[in-house]
Amino acid sequence: MLSVFLEVLRRDLLLAWRNRADVLVTLAFFTIVACLFPFGVGAEPNLLRTIAPGVLWVAALLATLLSLHRVFSQDHTDGVLEQLLLSPEPPVLWVLAKVLAHWLTTAVPLVIAAPALALLFDMTQSATVVLILSLLLGTPILSLLGGVGAALTLGLRGGGMLLALLVLPLFVPILIFGAGAVDAYLSGTGASAHLMLLGGGSLAALALAPWACAAALRIAVE
Amino acid sequence: MESGQRFSLFRYAAPNVFYPLAGRLAPWFAAAAVAFALVGLYLGFFVAPTDAVQGEVYRVIFIHVPAAWMSMFIYLIMAFWSAIGVVFNTRLSAMMTQALAPTGAMFCFVALWTGALWGRPTWGAYWVWDARLTSQLLLLFLYFGFMALTRAIEDPRRADKAGAILALVGAVNVPVIYFSVKWWNTLHQGASVSLTKAPSMATTMLMAMLVMALASWAYTIAVVLWRVRSLILERERHTDWVGEVLEAKGAQA
Repeated sequence: MLSVFLEVLRRDLLLAWRNRADVLVTLAFFTIVACLFPFGVGAEPNLLRTIAPGVLWVAALLATLLSLHRVFSQDHTDGVLEQLLLSPEPPVLWVLAKVLAHWLTTAVPLVIAAPALALLFDMTQSATVVLILSLLLGTPILSLLGGVGAALTLGLRGGGMLLALLVLPLFVPILIFGAGAVDAYLSGTGASAHLMLLGGGSLAALALAPWACAAALRIAVE
Repeated sequence: MESGQRFSLFRYAAPNVFYPLAGRLAPWFAAAAVAFALVGLYLGFFVAPTDAVQGEVYRVIFIHVPAAWMSMFIYLIMAFWSAIGVVFNTRLSAMMTQALAPTGAMFCFVALWTGALWGRPTWGAYWVWDARLTSQLLLLFLYFGFMALTRAIEDPRRADKAGAILALVGAVNVPVIYFSVKWWNTLHQGASVSLTKAPSMATTMLMAMLVMALASWAYTIAVVLWRVRSLILERERHTDWVGEVLEAKGAQA
């Protein structure tokens, strides 16, 4: 059981490493989207400090969204997905491994890049720490829910836009609590409530999303 | 197939049995919708007193509130039919879900639109980022997502199942969205307009609103039954009984 999980995880990470340009493009996208905002709203430091958490979170949402097609589409085209579904192993396990691989190759680089971007927005060090915590706790939900969306839109024409329409409304609560954590910290009320809700959301998504994802994959491959 | 005359709950789950039943029921619900709407609008526009604070403009609630209720309730019914479809693998429940979605989206849009028209004179803005407005907007996006997904998939059985999963995932998320938006709104304290401090309502106002709610229920049922009939004909067009139905229609015309 565990060997399937580890094997799929290892394989997906290896594939991501071989195509590391994809990972870097996602990271570049994240950076560029965040950098667009000062041009749009003006470079006044107080304003930038206020919008920074929201901007970085929105950029992270969009970057995750654009990377979601990587989770299943290649395996769908070359038939690996079908073989995995035919295998006697429970699909929830390897779905979880694939989502974890996506999180490790998309969200973790974003989290690492976030402090540098926080500097551009003149965020204080302690606020940056809260931002990183919120990203670490919240991005697993993005990968898990996004995985369901990616499975549902697998192989459809116009899948990318459709995926955005499906998952972005579901991402709104994560954006609220993620960006809200930093705001709450800065306003002095403390970020712990937001962070706990994000963590709880991650656990709930971890418990429920792989099942929906596996069911959606079965439908897509039928 | 169940043998004998034993009444089965699933009897009407067969499209060919449900089709004539829906045809018989739909006109009654349509008539009820018209009757309730006439009574409700009369009560709302002629009998109900003018609001002391808001003047005449409050009368939009007779359309707005039933539409908002209906838009939320229809999503729940969609989730219900989706669950039935996933558990029992019935085709009709997926058709019901898909027939419900456009009506739900319509009510959602009507609620937002009338809300904007009411907000302008009352709050001085067509739109404020109030918790209810925002979650209603997100609900509209959920409806659009559902319709876009089921339309994008060509194989109807795959569309049914994918739509069912999406509706269920959405239904789990609706309360999360609602409460997160509510919390976000109270934290930001931007436009501090409270809808919750509703002044006590005159009985006629409440009556008019409830009658309008009944009208939108009846309207929804009628429209959904008609839409489901079209869906059944489209999906089952290769079967003998649809051929007979269409022939009979052709003979009538």
